[in-house]
Amino acid sequence: MSEPASQSLSDSPDSPAEGVPAEGVQPPAVPAIAPGAIAGTAVPVAGVPLGAVGAARRRGNDFLYYGLRNRKLLFGIGLELLLVLFAIIGPFLAKYSPNSLQTPYAHPSVKYWLGTDSFGHDIFSQLANGLRESYLVGALGAACAAIAGMVLGFAAGWRGGILDEVLQMFTNIVVMIPALVLLVVIGSYLSTRSVLFEGVFIGLTTWPWVARAVRAQTFSLRSREFVELARLSGKRAWSIIVKDIAPNMASYLFLVVILLFGSSMLLAASYDFLGLGPTNVVSLGTMMNLAELNAALVYHMWWWFFPPGLVLTAMVAALLVANVGLDEVFNPKLREQ
Amino acid sequence: MRRYLIRKLITYLLAFFVGVTIDWGIPHLMPGDPVATYLSNFSLQPAGYAAAYKTMSEAFGTNLPIWEQYLRFWQGLLTWHLGVSYSNFPTQVSTLIAQAVPYTLALLVPAITLSYFLGNRLGAAAARRKWLDNSVLPLGYTFQAIPYPWLALLLPYLFAGVWHVLPLSGPYDNTLLPAWTWTFVWSLVRHWFLPFLTVFLISLGGWAIGMRNLVIYELENDSSRYMRALGANERVVRRYAYRNASLPQLSGLALALGIVIGGNIVVEQAFQYPGLGHLLYNAITNKDYFLLQGIFIFIVIGVLVANFIIDLVYISIDPRTRLSMQGAAA
Repeated sequence: MSEPASQSLSDSPDSPAEGVPAEGVQPPAVPAIAPGAIAGTAVPVAGVPLGAVGAARRRGNDFLYYGLRNRKLLFGIGLELLLVLFAIIGPFLAKYSPNSLQTPYAHPSVKYWLGTDSFGHDIFSQLANGLRESYLVGALGAACAAIAGMVLGFAAGWRGGILDEVLQMFTNIVVMIPALVLLVVIGSYLSTRSVLFEGVFIGLTTWPWVARAVRAQTFSLRSREFVELARLSGKRAWSIIVKDIAPNMASYLFLVVILLFGSSMLLAASYDFLGLGPTNVVSLGTMMNLAELNAALVYHMWWWFFPPGLVLTAMVAALLVANVGLDEVFNPKLREQ
Repeated sequence: MRRYLIRKLITYLLAFFVGVTIDWGIPHLMPGDPVATYLSNFSLQPAGYAAAYKTMSEAFGTNLPIWEQYLRFWQGLLTWHLGVSYSNFPTQVSTLIAQAVPYTLALLVPAITLSYFLGNRLGAAAARRKWLDNSVLPLGYTFQAIPYPWLALLLPYLFAGVWHVLPLSGPYDNTLLPAWTWTFVWSLVRHWFLPFLTVFLISLGGWAIGMRNLVIYELENDSSRYMRALGANERVVRRYAYRNASLPQLSGLALALGIVIGGNIVVEQAFQYPGLGHLLYNAITNKDYFLLQGIFIFIVIGVLVANFIIDLVYISIDPRTRLSMQGAAA
């Protein structure tokens, strides 16, 4: 079981029999975070012995063992937890509500920890509330993308044939339509936009990355002996996918979803910055948008745009670092030597 | 090979078709009647309103059956008649786009290609080399995690606001008249540098990290082990690892285009750089739907063309495809 296990995406069964660079060859890529980013995760841990409960427990302990000794993972998770904690308790610590008007143009001081903007909004309070929005949008986006991508990816990879062709075509088309411009269209159709809308929209434009990954993995897994055996035993397709195929790519899928979470937050910041985000909501992107529109650069109000961007960078970077740590934990080949 | 190309071609055509259909749907998806919305800008008497409504419906073709409107849209598109901009009346949309394209290409082409090549080199060099890895990796993650709007505010703040070495925004010094003089070109370059740097830096990290991970994987591959066992020197092994790793990176490039273009829109807006992104933003704020439609379809065509070029490069560097072109593989 260990040899086929190390099969990479680039020799998955659908790969170039005729020397055709089939879609499956591509490692899944994640938007915003440039695609190559998770290429290292392209080595699935598929083929870890299944069935035996003892083996599974041993594997779990292994992951824990390496996880607790992986500095990247610990650093990433630690930083992320700090930021989550800030998002949870920050709004309660803030002395002013994010939309209340105080003295405008105030420098950071004891009274206003991070200063105020040119309207008089307290930056600290806006930051703490904006952080919540970012996490919310990121989670929504990643969840929608994961669900849509998994359904389509499993369907395409398991059934193959015409369905696969059609779904691949669909995936490629979705990738090529510029999401931002599409958002303009749909956004102007709605008079008010909610955080839910933004999250779902991001999910519905980023699912192709999950779908590609899931499809390629399913393709390579479905011809393995244990899947054949499950099929021979008369199990239903759905149950084979859920019980035999999905667990084998769970770790890999987890990494893809983490990256999508980060990139959803970045995308949301871009949309908000262009004024296409949720209406009447304080977010990190809208803070930067207001700073831009109200000439924060000209007035040297660095405290207006610096904190939201810094926090967002930290949020996403922590995810990325935790992700590479997890990758090393799941995947022995990448561990430090 | 042929099957691959035909499949790709069908995908491109379908994507174009879907793009055009969405594009056509923009005004039709809008709530309310576009002609009525347009006329609400003027205070008209009921009788005058009826007459104006009739005239405008005929002018815009909204009185035609919906399928005929759709066909006319295709006709206009294929003859590159994108209509007249509403916010820049009476300039043609195609003229506005033609004016904006050079700025966008000047940002995107160098930013994408340079970050791709440098990032890949950097990542490949960092793989399995402790000291380099320890500096490239954290920097790469940070760059990758930076939101476009932030860097597009931070860089001008530092370079223009604090250090006064580069201009804050705009395409060129507004005291100058466009002319091919050294002063003007120098001003263009100085204004171009920061937006370019923003797109470049954010893309750089992703490529470096992607390449680093792929090369590590390739170096642990059986083929690399075999080469080492044969006594090949490490440089040769690395060179092969790099070449193998470039394939997935190249297909990643095709996927990244849409994201980079989105980021570029943010950057152009933040720097008031008059490319397509800036034009698009103006079209949004002015509800200039003809302009919006024109830019949308232009961006779709741009992405399709870039994908096609990447496909061709892929075919030329993947030995397996070349082999089958010569008929060696069945």
